[in-house]
Amino acid sequence: MQLTGAEITIRCLQEEGVEYVFGYPGGAVLNIYDELFKQDKVKHVLVRHEQGAVHAADGYSRSSHKVGVALVTSGPGVTNAVTGIATAYMDSIPLVVITGQVPTHAIGQDAFQECDTVGITRPCVKHNFLVKDVKDLAVTIKKAFYLATTGRPGPVLVDIPKDVTQASTEFTYPKTITLRSYNPVTKGHAGQIKKAVQLLLDAKRPMFYTGGGVILSNASSQLTRLVRLLGYPCTNTLMGLGGLPGTDPQFTGLPGMHGTYETNMAMQHCDVLFAVGSRFDDRVIGDPKHFYRADRKIIHIDIDPSSISKRVKVDVPIVGYVAEVLDEMLRLLESSPQRPDAAALKAWWAQIKEWQRKDCLKYDRKSELIKPQYVVEKLYELTKGDAFVTSDVGQHQMWVAQYYKFDKPRRWINSGGLGTMGFGLPAAMGVQLVNPGAMVVCVTGEASIQMCIQELSTCKQYHLPIKIVNLNNRYMGMVRQWQEFFYGNRYAESYMDALPDFVKLAEAYGHVGIKIEKPGDVEGALREALAQKERLVFLDFITDQTENVFPMVPGGKGLTEMILAEEL
Amino acid sequence: MRHILSILVENEAGALSRISGLFSARGYNIESLTVAPTEDPTMSRMTIVTAGSDDVIEQITKQLNKLVEVVKVVDLTEGNHIERELMLVKVRAAGKERDEMKRLTDIFRGRILDVTDKSYTIELTGPGEKLDAFLGAIEPGVILETVRTGASGIGRGERILRV
Repeated sequence: MQLTGAEITIRCLQEEGVEYVFGYPGGAVLNIYDELFKQDKVKHVLVRHEQGAVHAADGYSRSSHKVGVALVTSGPGVTNAVTGIATAYMDSIPLVVITGQVPTHAIGQDAFQECDTVGITRPCVKHNFLVKDVKDLAVTIKKAFYLATTGRPGPVLVDIPKDVTQASTEFTYPKTITLRSYNPVTKGHAGQIKKAVQLLLDAKRPMFYTGGGVILSNASSQLTRLVRLLGYPCTNTLMGLGGLPGTDPQFTGLPGMHGTYETNMAMQHCDVLFAVGSRFDDRVIGDPKHFYRADRKIIHIDIDPSSISKRVKVDVPIVGYVAEVLDEMLRLLESSPQRPDAAALKAWWAQIKEWQRKDCLKYDRKSELIKPQYVVEKLYELTKGDAFVTSDVGQHQMWVAQYYKFDKPRRWINSGGLGTMGFGLPAAMGVQLVNPGAMVVCVTGEASIQMCIQELSTCKQYHLPIKIVNLNNRYMGMVRQWQEFFYGNRYAESYMDALPDFVKLAEAYGHVGIKIEKPGDVEGALREALAQKERLVFLDFITDQTENVFPMVPGGKGLTEMILAEEL
Repeated sequence: MRHILSILVENEAGALSRISGLFSARGYNIESLTVAPTEDPTMSRMTIVTAGSDDVIEQITKQLNKLVEVVKVVDLTEGNHIERELMLVKVRAAGKERDEMKRLTDIFRGRILDVTDKSYTIELTGPGEKLDAFLGAIEPGVILETVRTGASGIGRGERILRV
């Protein structure tokens, strides 16, 4: 049957089982929107800004392991979407972004709403395509889904000129696809896996350091089994939270710039570091020269060979899917007669317990002002650690990562790599849509929330009962913290003057708003909000302006050069 | 250290900018880059001359392999290889300079492609150092124009790069 390019686009999405497309119409995509209108299998979610569309598709994917799909128009539609695409790229989130383009004959003519989409997005996509012939459309969309989800996942963009959406051709959707230039290694090298298992069994001071790869590879059950089988300490990075349950006694807390004292000390002083789907990010290990230890062996599992030995030389690299490699390691360990050195492990745990006595996450619980950490702790208690929590970027993000114990993967949704303010609310929309009835909380700050606040309108339209926890300290808190520590208290442009009345703002959008100014009211307000199952509630917590995130490793310093709360 | 990377890449629009973009985005050097289709018209072969420590070259190779359109990457400098570059150079050649220039061209096994009463255009092929040596051997003042292709390379003997 002959179909138009627009029909083919929608048929491809149906074939891929896409439930939701997040988008915003415009001239170049009108044919596609017309076809969306004529069917009801693929539902469209109309956002208020294209950045929100991509973040929503991203949150949808992170919380469900499905591919997120966004649809935007040419020119400004694309440029607005770039922040979302780059966010997904940095955190390896599988997205397919379909963009309209001016007709092929107008490309390069500086046409209305034209931009070089493929050129602009090239550095922040896994791959992108410009479809110049309708005959290539179906196979290109197939390739896009295939590339987005296999190997190291990531966003793939398909740019479709308007005349291609009008032209017709025979439609067949390929069942499978192979690309001669793209064959990701999935199974780890057997010899390397054996070496890794031996190294782990011989370790005296072992440490697991696991990241987003565990979440993306759905390997948290394997990881949890492995950690418990060996009895070794384990840290999850910001992207890896929930990989091992946050309440597990072997979990030592976050690593890195705002990691716990015990985790950072253990990362530095272990004799075998087992990195699983993590990438030795600058926010995690600090200065690589300081991090280097001649007497420490490093094992590293990653699906992306270029992540291995990029910042830190490793001794046993294993390229493959984390889940498959861990399965193989478990099989070897379970059939091995050797067990870890119990005496050495006991001494190592005693050392870690000693470090834990620093109680590095303590804060003033008697304060007259609302402490942001207290709000997060209460939220954790009241949601029994079972909510989906999205966040924006800054202090509030770190406090959630430190004080909310995620027991399950895909519950903690945040922009780790790119650090995109404005991510939290639109991401929460995607999370809520793919998890109807689930508790979805967006923890944010008064600066971040204003970067995509227009999406409150989308939440109203689609009845998304998200709970917004706004930790309002009237400052760009993390900027203020750096200025306090490193810029002599000169708070250059970090003060949020002329804030809106968030309660009235929420009400104006048709939601419920509550302002909380006293610590005693925190729990009641949270309870009240969580009880409102059908409504979006905006909780505006007026928090202590001077609170800082501790511990802190200053940028460029070594991992053990931490500033602790009591040292100030 | 200087390395010569040979890359087989899908002959598609945009492949070149993906590769050159990778070098600029990650701060790697490109000394020269040449590209043309192979005997299989769906594929191009690129030769990139770059410099960096072993770690950097390892990263460059991995990053190149990560690009979806890159089919294969080989570091020719890891083994025996042949490297050639073509140069066209236009020199002033008048009076007694003409004989001198002709002799020098012969010594370097170059060819004179175009002659006017005041100039020669010389073609010279060889490794980069040979071309440098030729330019060093003639007086800088007589060089009117030069154009070089950048290096192309191939492995010696049984070393073969193909799909």
